[in-house]
Amino acid sequence: MKEKRTIGSTLLTVFFSIFSILWLVPIFEVLINSFKANSYVNTDSFALPNSESFVGWANYIKGMTFGNYPFLKSVFFSVFITVVSTVLILLCTSMAAWYIVRVDDFFSKIMYYLCVFSMIVPFQMVMFTLSGTADKLGFNTPWTIPVIYLGFGAGLAVFMFTGFIKGIPLEIEEAAAIDGCGAISTYFKVVFPMLKSILISVGVLEVMWIWNDYLLPYLVLDRTEYMTIPIHVQYLKGSYGTVDLGATMAVIMISIIPVIVVYLFCQKYIIKGVAAGAVKG
Amino acid sequence: MKKKKNKPSAAAVNGHLVSRPIQRWFPLFMLPTFLAFCIGFIWPFIQGIWLSFCEFTIPQDAQFVGLKNYIKAFQDTGFRYSFVYTAGFAVVSIIAINVLAFTVAYLLTQNIKGANIFRTVFFMPNLIGGIVLGYIWSMIFDGILKKYGTFLLADTKYGFWGLVILMCWQQIGYMMIIYIAGLQSIPEDMMEAAKIDGASKWQTLWKITIPNVMSSITICVFLTLTNSFKLFDQNLALTGGAPVAFQSDGSMINTTEMLALNIYSTFYAGSSNRGFAQAKAVLFFILVAVLALAQLRFTRDKEVQQ
Repeated sequence: MKEKRTIGSTLLTVFFSIFSILWLVPIFEVLINSFKANSYVNTDSFALPNSESFVGWANYIKGMTFGNYPFLKSVFFSVFITVVSTVLILLCTSMAAWYIVRVDDFFSKIMYYLCVFSMIVPFQMVMFTLSGTADKLGFNTPWTIPVIYLGFGAGLAVFMFTGFIKGIPLEIEEAAAIDGCGAISTYFKVVFPMLKSILISVGVLEVMWIWNDYLLPYLVLDRTEYMTIPIHVQYLKGSYGTVDLGATMAVIMISIIPVIVVYLFCQKYIIKGVAAGAVKG
Repeated sequence: MKKKKNKPSAAAVNGHLVSRPIQRWFPLFMLPTFLAFCIGFIWPFIQGIWLSFCEFTIPQDAQFVGLKNYIKAFQDTGFRYSFVYTAGFAVVSIIAINVLAFTVAYLLTQNIKGANIFRTVFFMPNLIGGIVLGYIWSMIFDGILKKYGTFLLADTKYGFWGLVILMCWQQIGYMMIIYIAGLQSIPEDMMEAAKIDGASKWQTLWKITIPNVMSSITICVFLTLTNSFKLFDQNLALTGGAPVAFQSDGSMINTTEMLALNIYSTFYAGSSNRGFAQAKAVLFFILVAVLALAQLRFTRDKEVQQ
């Protein structure tokens, strides 16, 4: 930029600095309350912990087990479901998108339009029948639920991958075919490496969706045995008043810290991926 | 594809060179996604449409009842209330989120120090899931309202504005990113020309900047619109529909319940209401689909003009 920074822009920096700090107040709120004893969270949630109310790590230790379900178990299921579903979606839908673009027959066209159509269908439309189907076919455990995520999430992923693959010149794959590559080696050695940027974008969107998803796992999974972090938090809130608020804040803190750390390290990709998803098409 | 039609000979042969081997591997490339898509979307969708015309407790013993569920849905005061409530919420949050997000984006692109850090901070709430967000904010609102001797679930107003504030906090960063991308794509020479012609900052904003980011504005308005209509997690976690109001005819409505939550509660309130709830869900789907198609048309029109 050629322009020199003026007094106005310095004032703006000052203003935004204050505004940024205010913006983060809700997160600080959770943090300070996670170190306070339960009764003090209730009486004044804005007060900083003092010698009376400060309980150190006690809330965090308690938060691991209270509510009759170990929190770390929920964390494990959340991580497992998110990672496996995302990998499955990226692998399967990118292959399907390649098939749709390159084969381009009647079946491909139908599949493509169905995928686009599925993007505008809200979850409430299928939630009852989907949870019934998943139950009947045995997709109601954390080990099998990724298939449901692949099915319900296929629309957006296939749409984004087809859009990208259409822009890849056919000549590269022709050259590979002439050199004796079969379909599988062409895909994994030639096409897949070219998809890197779109894989990251789709991956970011899927991770953000699945990690934060509440209703789908809530309806599909057997809740007495399996919980994810959002289900766990809502379960604790359901017993509001009887539950230890300080410990709940500790649980929330544990659930958002990894997200923020990952964000700070890969924010470039996250912001790019999110923007790509918004301006789809 | 177009190319093939124009040059049938060489291109078609080469196209086959690639497409034939892929077709042979259909079970590997297409089948997994296709099967999962059938289980996770196509079958539930078809079954959902069918069940909306039925009365049932479990899908196996569904009895066809025609349009009965739909008529019941249109007559349901709770459903109608939640539609109006959702629409009102959508209007307020669209205006609030977009005005604030555009303002922040505009100021952040004015060559100020630390713009990247501010961008990072404003986007952060977007990463937190709806349930956790609802919980955090219900604690904050209760903390504030306690000083005035009341609490969040005491009044419909609190729940409404609370949800608006929550959604602003979550969505402003996201919309800001889209606006920043739009603002950065305005050609530099256009701005320069305006400056040379002696246009004031205000004139430049209205005559050049805003017309040039119209496509970003359309995208953001529609995103906030569909997000508001589909809102569920935040609504459930913040108020869950409370407080309840009694109608003159003795029926109850949850005064902060939005459409998605209304459908959900109808489904799981009792097994006798499921056909009725599914009919509501189909109406909800049609509404969301119409909004999405309108978005598509709007963005297409804008592209033609440019």
